[in-house]
Order: sequence, then structure tokens, then C-alpha cells
Amino acid sequence: MGQKITIEPVTRVEGHGKVTIHLDDKGNVKQTRLHIVEFRGFERFVQGRPYWEAPVLVQRLCGICPVSHHLAAAKALDVIVGAGTGDGLTPTGEKMRRLMHYGQVFQSHALHFFHLASPDLLFGIDGDPLIRNVIGVALKHKDLAVQGVMMRKFGQEIIKATAGKKIHGTGAIPGGINKNLSIEERDSFLKGADPMNADKMVEWAQAAVDFFKGYHKANKALIDGFATFPSSHLSLVRKDGAMDLYHGVLRAIDTNGKKILDDVDYQDYLDYIDEEVRPWSYMKFPYLYNIGPEEGWYRVGPLARCNTADFIPSPLAQKELEIFKAYTNGKPNNMSMHMHWARLIETLHSAEMMRELLNDPDLQKDDLVVKGTKVKRGVGLIEAPRGTLFHHYEINDQDQIEMANLIVSTTNNNEPMNRAVNSVAVEYMTGQKEITEGMMNAVEVAIRAYDPCLSCATHALGQMPLEITLYDANNNLIDKKRS
Amino acid sequence: MSTLVNFKIDGVDCLAEAGIYLVEAAAENGIYIPTLCNIQGVKPRGACRICTVMVNGRPMTACTTPVTMGMEIQNDTPEINDIRKAIIEVLFVEGNHFCPSCEKSGCCELQALAYRFRVMVPRFPFLFPRREVDASNPKIIKDHNRCILCKRCIRAIKTEDGKNIFAYKKRGIELEIIIDPELGGKITDELAQKSVDICPVGALLPREKAYQVPIGRRKYDIEPIGIEDEKK
Repeated sequence: MGQKITIEPVTRVEGHGKVTIHLDDKGNVKQTRLHIVEFRGFERFVQGRPYWEAPVLVQRLCGICPVSHHLAAAKALDVIVGAGTGDGLTPTGEKMRRLMHYGQVFQSHALHFFHLASPDLLFGIDGDPLIRNVIGVALKHKDLAVQGVMMRKFGQEIIKATAGKKIHGTGAIPGGINKNLSIEERDSFLKGADPMNADKMVEWAQAAVDFFKGYHKANKALIDGFATFPSSHLSLVRKDGAMDLYHGVLRAIDTNGKKILDDVDYQDYLDYIDEEVRPWSYMKFPYLYNIGPEEGWYRVGPLARCNTADFIPSPLAQKELEIFKAYTNGKPNNMSMHMHWARLIETLHSAEMMRELLNDPDLQKDDLVVKGTKVKRGVGLIEAPRGTLFHHYEINDQDQIEMANLIVSTTNNNEPMNRAVNSVAVEYMTGQKEITEGMMNAVEVAIRAYDPCLSCATHALGQMPLEITLYDANNNLIDKKRS
Repeated sequence: MSTLVNFKIDGVDCLAEAGIYLVEAAAENGIYIPTLCNIQGVKPRGACRICTVMVNGRPMTACTTPVTMGMEIQNDTPEINDIRKAIIEVLFVEGNHFCPSCEKSGCCELQALAYRFRVMVPRFPFLFPRREVDASNPKIIKDHNRCILCKRCIRAIKTEDGKNIFAYKKRGIELEIIIDPELGGKITDELAQKSVDICPVGALLPREKAYQVPIGRRKYDIEPIGIEDEKK
């Protein structure tokens, strides 16, 4: 008797989605889908607005990493106002934006690892759901919980100092930034009372990487085997192949590490990337145009970035990247749970970069904005915490936005998340007639590894309690559970 | 030589030059009466009614009522403040005021008044009118979503020979501000900036100059509306 299992909504991710799993008569998984059931429509309602509103308006897509949208939009508008593509700004303009971005990656990664993902690692995928949450972490692992909260706070304060507010600021404007960093602000981060200073953040970020490596050593089967499947990987890298979360060229590698896209100017992204629409989800499915939708899908985010980058331009994170790459003998790492490892390496990199930038006197200079000859089209890409984020705007003669296309990080990860969910469903649910809470959570753990922001991905804000329903082949409800 | 008159606001003895409007007379005595359509130096209209006070028991607009000897004025009372709050709420629901992305946020008088009168959820239903952005003028962008029809721009912005650059168009709920295509097309930078500055909301915007003042340094970030008068 065939069955259909529905998981709705999924918890400890941002946004609202559901999972359906179809089992055949023998209890084998026939089809698995992650559905995104919310729709926002930012691409449509920015039409007609003056273009300079985009960075402030579009960042309202998200409350977790609005800075990514803010900066991607600002980068697209840099092109429109003739300030070049990422490297044409004044040193103060670019470095203030970079500081804002590293602050945001740092706080978002800390939020994900400590608040959303760590309960699964600390208490087990099938641990007691009453303690398998952030409150449980706070009660049982107080030091870790405090670190998570304080790291997030530090990142948020950096955002406030650069963007004006911790959430939804206005710092980045077309062609630059609207403020520099005062000496007082700088010193509050460099010489702040313990633990709120840059040195402590680097120390804690290193400790988080070490914690994961220790956990990995003790739980190899889970970390290496859970939701593992081959895929391509895509990200921005700096021209010289370094990891660069703010600016670079597009690079994609296949599952063997062969470069299938390299040194691509993202202004031409439409020549290389297309999006497929499927009727059962509001989220599109991007793929590499020349390979096609079947095989051209790719992963983005921390795992992809650690795979595509040749090196990381900060010493402690580079050391950790070498260990990360050595684990797969230099081949692309396709283990979904290693996403957490990669994310923590990036957290360390962000902490190092924040410290370096805070010591840079360019941040106190007053040359904030550049402008040149205006054009009608601009594309801005950035490596958001969850992966590569595309913003593309076209304006009319009267400075109004005529067209906007946003390919959000989570959208890029749509197919991989579906694959991950399928992989876990096959492993955990094949032949099962009763749904256990652990099974439900295993599916969520696979999704959670990608730190998806489903709200952004459909251009919605919501909570994601999980509901699973089990249907027989005739669509009769035979079991239903809610987390 | 001017004559001074005695009057009372909320029972407080006040002194001001006879004939000046109540709004100014109150300010001179360190008392704030909120205004929205009123602008210094331009003949008042009493259009928005935010400045409504009770004068000897009758509702009057403080921006158009001259002060006289012995006036008894109620200003800061729960009843009057609720009327003012209701007016602010009406203005919000009648347009499309999305403060989060508005360039004027932090410098907007309507927003500042909403904070002062603690507007949380309007008591009236939102109308969500369908309005357009008019970006045809080379220097000023006109966003009808935010216009509260205070008429400040019509009254204060004139050419050197006294001609109006702004005017009303249409009637009733469709009433809107227009810019004279010929005069507006030749508007000076100075006058364009004055138009933007004089607009109490974000209905008139300068082209390509948005968000240049960081959050924290905007007018009402530094000092909430009304404090300036109350400090006198």
C-alpha cells in the first residue's frame, strides 16, 4: 500500500516550507519534495520605485541577513551610477561595506550553528525534543550558549556601526556608503571589555571550529554519511582564487573538482544561469545553462565556497581550510553535514577579517561616494551566509526600476536540498509504517544543514513548526504528527 | 509698539504679543502645539487640524487663531490628544506610508508625530489606495502614496514673479498635487531643495540623493518632535 508523508512546516529554519514523501506499496521512497509554500513578490513591487530605494526596500526580504540583500542591491546600483563593479568604490566605501558584510556573516553563522543546528549535534537527531532546542543548549551547555549569543551580538553591533541599525540599516548607498567608522566606534570593538572585542571573537570562532572537529571525530558515521551525494558547487571567488565573500568572479566546479565555470564576470550571469519553474513549489530551480536543468544544478553556501576557493586570505581560517580540504584529499567535499564545518571556518575567517578591517585607518576617512556615467542595467552579486545572492535591476529614463530579478542563495540550493531530503528519507523511512519524531527530525536536519531562508527564497516571514502526515495509496490519512 | 496679552494654556499663565497665532504664542511660552500643514512665514491654512485646541470651550485651529487677552486654552488633554492621534491615524490609513524604506524616515513630521502620540495600530481600516510615483520632473520625484495634501508646497513654492509651481488637480479622494510642467521643468536647484525640505512627509524627493544622512543623525533621531518648543 503506497503512502504519502507530509512534513509541514519544517522547524529551525527561516521561512515556511513543507516536505512530502511518497512511499510505494513496498514502503520504498518513490518521490521526495521540499515545497516552499509562501510567496512574497518583491521583484514585482519594486517596479516603479526610484532605483536608490532598492537596497533599503529589498533588504526587508529577511530579518536574519538583510545586509546581504542591502549590499547586493547596492552593488547592482554601483554599476547603474557608474561606480564600477565592486572595485570602483573609494577605499572607505568598500571597506565599510566589507566590515558590514563580515559582521553579518559572523552573526548569521553564529545564529545558525549555536541556535539552530547545535541542538541536533549536542542531543542527537533522535534526542528528546523537549531539550533538543536552544533552551536545552542554554541549560546543558551554558558556555556554548553564551558564546553563541555574544558572537551574534558582536556581529550585530558591527552592523549597527556600519549600517546605522542592527537590522535594516541604510549604510550602503549607490556608489558607496553614508558614514565612516568613528574612532570611538572602532575602539569599542578593538578594546571592548571582555568578551566584546575582536580578539575574543577570533578566539571563540577558533574554539567553535575545534568543537566541531572534536564532534566529527566522535561521530564520523553521522557527519560523513548523512545526506551525502555528489554535486557541482558554485560561488564567487576573488580573481586569484581566494575566498571572497564580498566580491569576485563566478566559479563552478563539478563533483570531481573540474572547473565548469571560471573567471566569469557576473554582469553576464544570464548567459550562464537559468531558472526552471516547477508547479509544486514557489521556489525556482536554478541551473547552469550550458549543462541543462537535469545535471546543471549546483550547491552554494559555505560548503561550496570551501570547495571552489583555492585558499582563504586570513591565516587561521586558511589553516582550517587546509585540514578541511585534506579530509577529502583535495576533492570536492559533498557531505551535507560538513556544511557546518565549512560554516564555522567561514565564521573564523569573518572574525579575522573584522579584526583586520577594524585596524585599517581607511575606515576613518571621509571620501565615501563615487559616481560616474549612469547606465540602465546593473547586476550585484555577493556571497551571503547561505550562498551566492544575485540582484539584477534595470531602470527607465526617469530613474524608476523597470525590472528586478533576484536569485537568492536558498533558491540556488533548491535542488540540493531536495536531494538531501530524498537521501535521508530513503535511509530513514524506507519500509517504515509509523512515523517517529526522530525520523521527522532527520529530514529537518538535512534541510537545516543548508541553513535555508525560505522567506527570502520566495521573495516570507514565518515560523516553521513541523507537521508530518502519512497517507496510504488511496490518499487516506493514516497517521499525523506535529512537532 | 506691540501689546502684550495674558492668556492661559492648560491653566498655566502665559504672556505673548497680541495678535500672533496661538501656535507661536504657545511656543514662546515653552508649550508645544503640534502642527503639520503649518509653516513659518507663510499664511496658515488650518488644513490638517492637528493643532486643534479648545479656546474658551470651543475647538479652534491654533495655527489660524490669533491670541487675545484672557483666552483660556486647553491643549495637552487626553480628549484633544486623542483627536490629534485620530487625525494622524487617518493620514496613515488613507495613503501608503511604508516608513521602513522611505528616505524621509527619521526626518518625517508625520512619523515623528505618530511616535509622539504613540500610534500603534490605527483604529481605521487601511485603504491601500492605488497611487503612482511621478518621476517626470528632472529634479523632484513626486510619490503620491505619501502625500497628505497639506498644501505646503503650493503655498510656499513660487517663482520669482510669484507664480505657483505646485497646484491641486482632480477632486475628492482623487485630489493630488501636480507640478506645472513648464515652470517645474525650469525649477532652480535651490527651489527644488526647498520643496523637498518643506514637504512634511516623503512625497517630494530629491533625485539621486537618498539616505545620505545616516540613521542616528536624522532630525528626529537627535530630538523628538516638539522638544524644541518645550525647551524654550
